[in-house]
Amino acid sequence: MANFSKSNVPQFSVEVYQNEYLPEGGREVNAIVTVTSTGGGTTGGVPLSGVAATPTHVPGQAPKAAVVIMVDCSGSMDYPPTKMRNARDATAAAIDTLRDGTSFAVVGGTHVAKEVYPGNGRLAVADARTKAQAKEALRALSAGGGTAIGTWLRLTDRLLGAADVEIRHGILLTDGRNEHEAPEDLRAALESCAGRFTCDARGVGTDWEVKEVTAIASALLGTADIVADPAGLAADFTQMMENAMGKEVADVALRLWTPVGVEIKFVKQVAPAVVDLTDRRTEAGPRAGDYPTGSWGDESRDYHVCVKVPEAGIGQEMLASRVSLILPDPSGGAPQTLSQGLVRAVWTEDMAASTSINPQVAHYTGQAELAQVIQQGLDARKSGDFDGATAKLGRAVQLASASGNEDTAKLLSKVVDVVDAATGTVRLKPKVAEADSMTLETRSTKTVRVKK
Amino acid sequence: MGVKMSQNPQETALSKCPGCEEPLEPGDLFCGACGYDLSAVPEPPQDHPTIAMAVPAENGAAAAARTPAARPAAVRFDEPGGSGDFELAAPGAAPGVAPASTPSAEASAPAPDPRTPAAELPSTPPAGTKLCVACRAGRVDNDGYCENCGHAQPRERDHMEQELGSVAAVSDRGLRHHRNEDSFAVSTTALPDGSPAVVAIVCDGVSSASRPDEASAAAASAANEALLESLPRGTHPQQAMHEAIVAASESVNSLAEEPGQAMEHDPHRHRNAPACTLVGAVMAGGLLVVGWVGDSRVYWVPDDRTNPPARLTEDDSWAAQMVSAGLMNEAEAYADERAHAITGWLGADAYELEPHTASFKPDRSGLVVVCTDGLWNYAESAAEMAAAVPADAQLRPLHGAQVLVGHALDGGGHDNVTVALLPFAVPPQGAGSACGNT
Repeated sequence: MANFSKSNVPQFSVEVYQNEYLPEGGREVNAIVTVTSTGGGTTGGVPLSGVAATPTHVPGQAPKAAVVIMVDCSGSMDYPPTKMRNARDATAAAIDTLRDGTSFAVVGGTHVAKEVYPGNGRLAVADARTKAQAKEALRALSAGGGTAIGTWLRLTDRLLGAADVEIRHGILLTDGRNEHEAPEDLRAALESCAGRFTCDARGVGTDWEVKEVTAIASALLGTADIVADPAGLAADFTQMMENAMGKEVADVALRLWTPVGVEIKFVKQVAPAVVDLTDRRTEAGPRAGDYPTGSWGDESRDYHVCVKVPEAGIGQEMLASRVSLILPDPSGGAPQTLSQGLVRAVWTEDMAASTSINPQVAHYTGQAELAQVIQQGLDARKSGDFDGATAKLGRAVQLASASGNEDTAKLLSKVVDVVDAATGTVRLKPKVAEADSMTLETRSTKTVRVKK
Repeated sequence: MGVKMSQNPQETALSKCPGCEEPLEPGDLFCGACGYDLSAVPEPPQDHPTIAMAVPAENGAAAAARTPAARPAAVRFDEPGGSGDFELAAPGAAPGVAPASTPSAEASAPAPDPRTPAAELPSTPPAGTKLCVACRAGRVDNDGYCENCGHAQPRERDHMEQELGSVAAVSDRGLRHHRNEDSFAVSTTALPDGSPAVVAIVCDGVSSASRPDEASAAAASAANEALLESLPRGTHPQQAMHEAIVAASESVNSLAEEPGQAMEHDPHRHRNAPACTLVGAVMAGGLLVVGWVGDSRVYWVPDDRTNPPARLTEDDSWAAQMVSAGLMNEAEAYADERAHAITGWLGADAYELEPHTASFKPDRSGLVVVCTDGLWNYAESAAEMAAAVPADAQLRPLHGAQVLVGHALDGGGHDNVTVALLPFAVPPQGAGSACGNT
């Protein structure tokens, strides 16, 4: 049936890619679950048939959203002074990108968090006047003080929590290490904010800690990236805000139901980036658990599910897992199932069937290993283990080349000289720009999809 | 998994757990897999391997079927002494059968799987609660899996039976395959002179191809329809059989063009075009015509067992080719691991379709056994097949087919098993001999 009016209601589809055939005694079942949300967002994709509509908001109307921008105002932002100026300009550009009607606030972060606009624990509603006022308020931003990101996040949580909206999102910019609070303070802040709002995190310059920024993005289900040159901030902020404005539905969870005796080995998001969700399960009834996926616009993500099933005889077939997308009811009723797929196990004598590896599973197993060996290689390099670093980064070059992950291959080539990509033969570059190694580390989890 | 070889259908009964189908050892008191208390299983009645009735109506109609006689049930030995009520009535004589169903509908419907023994019995929970056959604890979800242990539940195609007076067929998933990729079609029609014609088609899906179950179903149905169209027009049965195989081949070929929804998710199954074997038999005008592509077979078992039985088909298989080319003797050829690789099949990727047909004019009465290798692997020679066929099979072909499937399951049931039986009656004064072969 033709759909002429652009719907703002996203529709979810779940596709499962797996080799369900196991040999006698086989127990491990791997599947790649592709989740696609269409019909909402800014591009107006084609709605999928047979999928229940999302009832959280009226069709034809964008969902109500609230965004808080957290700008680092620590003393280091003045070295060089262009950094503070660029941050101010980037925040202004992001404010310009706000859709009218969106609630927003700007927080200035040092060793404490301060409301820059509108103040008094409130959010402003975006229109021409409030946008102009906010940009005016940015002029007052000046650098001075320390860095305690946990306090910024807690203030943002208070501001967003007061808003009656569907999408809650934060944008965080830092240029330095989280030096003015204990690591456990940041961890506690992340734990208390997780599931309450999503947050993208950016590091500007090269004096910040990659693991801190990526941990914030991963805990709050947003993206992490480096903006090595402050001049690039405005474009990056605009894009982040556009993404946030494209979100249509929040708090979607991936629910895994498994039969008695089935053990979950891991659940990972594998595209667009690797995020291990295994430990973030919350129980949801008998033999079912929910893994958070955050908010969705028009997009597609892949998840790798690995389970261990009980042994069964040749010719047996069982459901190893039922994977569904769940939307909680804001009023506390029964959650809505958006779409679902089945992961199966079939025991066969046919060795050709049971020994073949599904190409999607093979590909993402490689992408996850790629992210891991980059981390390990860079860590080894930092600790002076150059042989270990060469081996790990060589393997990374080989994996990136074989899987067609050209962006990562390009980043790797700034850290190592590639002798032969096919065999993974590399030499460490004697001098590597800090920005290059930080870019590689920050983006190591970015994956590419299977070439089709 | 060792199942005792037995030709006694009484032992067939307890060779598998009634709860989960796990093969049992003689003397077991409980099922080793699911713990089913075997002492609670009633003694089987004599010589009734499977008792089947019409397929249950899916929804509303089922409510009407409340009396035991009309209850849609397919059970194996669950009702001592009461089995008569559940027995498949012969067409035309159906006392106690629900009046709504005509005898022919009764006979032509595929029987529900006997592996769901307790589900339809009066002692089980109210209608609608379908319990898992494996763990007997979980309900069955809409996708056909247990909500507790996840096990797949039996599907309609796992076990199918059909009887049309003079011809009967049974097909079973077997014990080692997760689905039934065999299919069959049986039918009766009349020649232009009004004399009866009986048709049986049996197909075996090629497991290494994609969607073999769809291929076999399409081929069996297309060949059957072609014969039902050409025989009443007076086409010579042998010509009709040839055309039917060509029609079946086209129908399987066309499957390759349809992109199945499941295929993209299943690259393993994507690798080659749907394919199957086909074997068919037609009895018309005193002739027995057989036709085949692949390694499914037809055997001839004379009613008078002092006469020698015979195999009427020649496999399109590696071993058969080696033997016929004189490169190996039969023992060597069948010992090779390539022995069962087939050299002819129906499917878009077949080299060249070579339908084989043969025509016989039997001079005495006998039984035509049309089967897949899931059966003949357990009764390869004509003498072994004749020994497996019950003595009264020409009088009770459905029962005979059930016993033959039981024979394959007792032997291990490594493949799907399908057999159709056509009793060929020659009037006592008749005389003649085999009349030709192509």
